[in-house]
Formats: sequence, structure tokens, C-alpha cells
Amino acid sequence: MPNISAAELRERFTRDLPGALAPERPSAKAAENGHVAVPPAKGKKGEEGPVDLLATADVVVLAESIPSVAQYLRDELGYTFLTDITAVDYLADGLIEVIYRFLHLDGGPTLPIKTRVSRDRAVVPSITPFWPGADLQEREAYDMYGVEFPGHPNLTRVYMWDEFEGFPMRKDFPKQGDKYLGDGEE
Amino acid sequence: MLKTQELQINIGPQHPSTHGVFRLVVTVDGETIIDLKPVFGYLHRNHEQLGEVSTYIQMMPFTDRLDYFNSMANNFGLAIAVEKLAGIEVPQRANYIRVLMAELSRILNHAAAVAFMINDMGAWQTPLAFGMREREKILDLFEMASGARMMCNYFRFGGVVRDLPPEFMPLLKDLMIALPVFFDETEKLLRENEILLMRSEGVGILPKEVAASYSVTGPVLRASGIPYDVRKAEPYSVYGELDFDVPIGSVGDIYDRFLVRIEEMRQSYRIVQQVIERLPDTTGGHVNPSMASIGKQKALKPPVGDVYGRVETPKGELGFYLVSDGTARPYRYKVRAPSFINLTPLGDMCRGHKVADVVVILGSIDIVLGEVDR
Repeated sequence: MPNISAAELRERFTRDLPGALAPERPSAKAAENGHVAVPPAKGKKGEEGPVDLLATADVVVLAESIPSVAQYLRDELGYTFLTDITAVDYLADGLIEVIYRFLHLDGGPTLPIKTRVSRDRAVVPSITPFWPGADLQEREAYDMYGVEFPGHPNLTRVYMWDEFEGFPMRKDFPKQGDKYLGDGEE
Repeated sequence: MLKTQELQINIGPQHPSTHGVFRLVVTVDGETIIDLKPVFGYLHRNHEQLGEVSTYIQMMPFTDRLDYFNSMANNFGLAIAVEKLAGIEVPQRANYIRVLMAELSRILNHAAAVAFMINDMGAWQTPLAFGMREREKILDLFEMASGARMMCNYFRFGGVVRDLPPEFMPLLKDLMIALPVFFDETEKLLRENEILLMRSEGVGILPKEVAASYSVTGPVLRASGIPYDVRKAEPYSVYGELDFDVPIGSVGDIYDRFLVRIEEMRQSYRIVQQVIERLPDTTGGHVNPSMASIGKQKALKPPVGDVYGRVETPKGELGFYLVSDGTARPYRYKVRAPSFINLTPLGDMCRGHKVADVVVILGSIDIVLGEVDR
């Protein structure tokens, strides 16, 4: 069963798709090399400091190269099945992470590809034009997180109604007292 | 030649054939479908946001409400994902009980799916009653084990909530005698009924070449001729030790989808037989001792990290993507709902067919709106 490791995939991307990989994050690099002092963990006694949610072993690519990466995975490596597209809002870091998950139809584990965009300008090129299975999933990520997918033929809300304002899964979306729910007292 | 005009009509949201609160915006020319757009969200309750404000075990009963036909299979998905994230071992006996429940759930779902499809074709109620009869027997078993017919909430991290009661096995063995008769009856009805053949053969074709690119999973993908099954592709629980086949179709039309479902019921029956044989010799309890109390379940704080756990539910691949920040509540909780993603090719499958075919094509995808809208 095909099972390509993240390290091998990084190597292939460096060779075949120059400029696709996202630059390594400075803090992760610093911790690895030990050149830059890592800030001491804050927090009360007995509690751990703020956790680094962005540390990942998976491959992180630049948003602009998502279509070429997807095509490369499909045509060169045989990952012909796109099983999942989802987004995660990392409010503290000001980032939205979009995760694509590919499959090989011969079996084996799923292959995640991540990309990170700014919360203020969350734009990732659409892969729907050549991968129709991404259609509803990109629309869902747009509806819930406000990630825009230029190139999508019909990027409208899936679950919320069209006039709805805001993106309900973002971490700063008010859970109470928004304009639709009233102030919750009444 | 007669001058015709395109017309846009709504099927649903309140319509008996949409299997729930679901709207199809259909552009028709006479009776022929020109374009079809599904409209979702009438049952949306932001399940994923609930996941972020609840503890891990609090989400277990919520997963029952995703695909409410198969609460056992949904429980399985969440349990697999959280166990992978937190590194919890599952005893052998618990694993076999889980597989037993998941496969009974598959038989139940497919029995209902076949029955509803025949109902959608216009054979009103009588065939449906046959499917529902078998489903009811399995629901009795679920009630015996979990206390509830449909909202079972039976799985816990590290096992299941309680062991099978002593009266469970005799009833299951009775059911095992009745089921093959039901499979044969249903298949005979499908293969030999001329009206049914005319309505289903060559209708709603999803060709093999495009099926994978549409991200459909489950019986819809397999009917198109691609033998992909998570139980084989990435075996979880004890599926690696069990012997079963993955049936596939050849054309990818409605008829294939339902033949695949009937064959899958037979394969699930085979798995249940093997589980019945092995269950008395299994070791370990119904739950990992370190997770045995509800207090332990509540206090679960998985290490920081993310995980994607997936299972093969009767509808397709159900995935849970969890991001843990080390607290008792997930930072991100995402459900990859098979019913929702299986609707992606609906428009292309319906184009060129008649309005009456839309209903049957939708029925053959087998959706549950609780899962589509989440």
C-alpha cells in the first residue's frame, strides 16, 4: 500500500515544484537549531505555557501553489482521490489553516497537505475547475471560515443563508448576542 | 416543431421524496432536467461549533444525531479518532463488540435504503414494510445492548459502555436464521421485477472514470467499479483479522448501487457470523480499565496535536478531524460527512433524465439530512 512520508514528499516538492513549500516557521526553526533563545513558557504554577498549535509534521505549502501541488499529487503520485478540505482558525497567530486530504485508491493512510493564509486576507486558489469533488467542500470552508477560493464557479454559502454576515466558525464570531440572536436576555 | 420553454421549479424543502428537509432547484424543459442545484442548510445546527464547546465525551451522543440511522457507526468514528489522538488501547472483546454493532448497523441501513428506493419508485409502502421489519429486529438488539433504539450512545473511548446482556446472543442467533431469507427475497424482487429494472437500469450513471474525482465514497463509489473500502484500505479495529469481500458494480447506475448494497449486507452477515464464533474466546473486558468510569472519560485531555480518524459507515467514509490544544475540549472538531460529499455529482447524474428519476437517483445515493446539514 502506498505510504509516502512527509520528508519524502518535501524532497519531491523541492525537486519538482520549486517554490511550492512554505518557508519554515522561525520559531520552530529556532527551537530546532537552538540559535535563538526560545521565550520561557508563561502560565500559572502547575499549568503549561501557551502551546504551539502550529507545530506540525505534515507538509505545509504556499497557498498560491495549491493547484499545482494537487495536480502533481494526482498525476505524478497517483493520489487521485480528494477526501476532505477543511479549515482551522488559529486566532492567536492570525492565521487560517486550510487542510487538503488526499487518498490513494490502492489503500494506505490519508495524505494531508496544509496551507496557511492570513485571517484578514484568506485567499486560496480553487481546485474545483479540475477536481469537481472539491466543489461543496470549498463552499463549506468559505461559508464557515470565509476562505475565498478564486476560480470556483459558484462560491456561495452552503449552510447559512445568502444574506448572513460573518463566518460562524471563526473563533472571534460572537457565540451570544449577535444581530440574529438578539442580546440573549429578553 | 413544438416551441418549448425552460422552467425553474423547486423540489422541496418540504417534499416526501427528498428524505428530509432538502431543496432541489431544478431547471426543466418539459419533463427533462436541464440543470439541478441542491440547496442545503435547513437542518444546520453547527455541529462542529458544538464540538468546540463540548468535552470529547459530550460529543458522543451528538454524533448519534448526524446519521440517525446509524448511530453506532458514527460513535465508532469519533471513538477511533479520539483513541488515535490520546493513544488509548481497546481490549479485544470491546473491539469485537464494536465490529458486531457496526456491521449490524450496515445491514439495518442497507435494508432501509433498498426499501426506501423501491418506495421512491412508486411501490408504495408494501416493500418498505419488509425492509422495516428486519430493521426493527436489529433495533431491538441495539435497545437491549445500549438502552435506546436509535440514539444508542453506546461507544466510549477505550471500549463500549457496557457488555452485551446475556439475552442478547440468543436473539441475535434467531436473527441470523431470518436474515438470509430476507436477502434472497429482496434480491429476487430487484432482479426480477420488470418495472424496477426499467426505472433503475441505465439511470443516474456515475462512470468509473469520474467517480473518484467527485470524491464520492461508500456504495456509490463501489457501484461505479472502484473497490475502495476503508475497512480494507486502512484497517481499523479488528477488520484486518476478518474475512470479507468488497463487492463492486460494473456500470455505476441505480441498479448497480442497489445490487452492491444487497451484496454488502451479505458480507456484513459473514462478518457477524465470524464475530459470533470468536466472541466467547476474546480476552479483555468491554472497556479499557483505565477508561472504565465516566469520570475518566470526562477528564480526558489528549496531548497537543491533530488527528484524522475515519471509518467506513454504511453511507461512506466518515472522518473526524480533531485538533487538541491539550485541554478537555477540542480546538477544532470537523466531521467529514459522507452523505454531504456524495451529493457533489447529483446535478451531473440527473442531467438529461426525467423529473421522476431525480427522486430515485437521490434515493440511490442514500442521504440522511442530519448528516448532510450537520
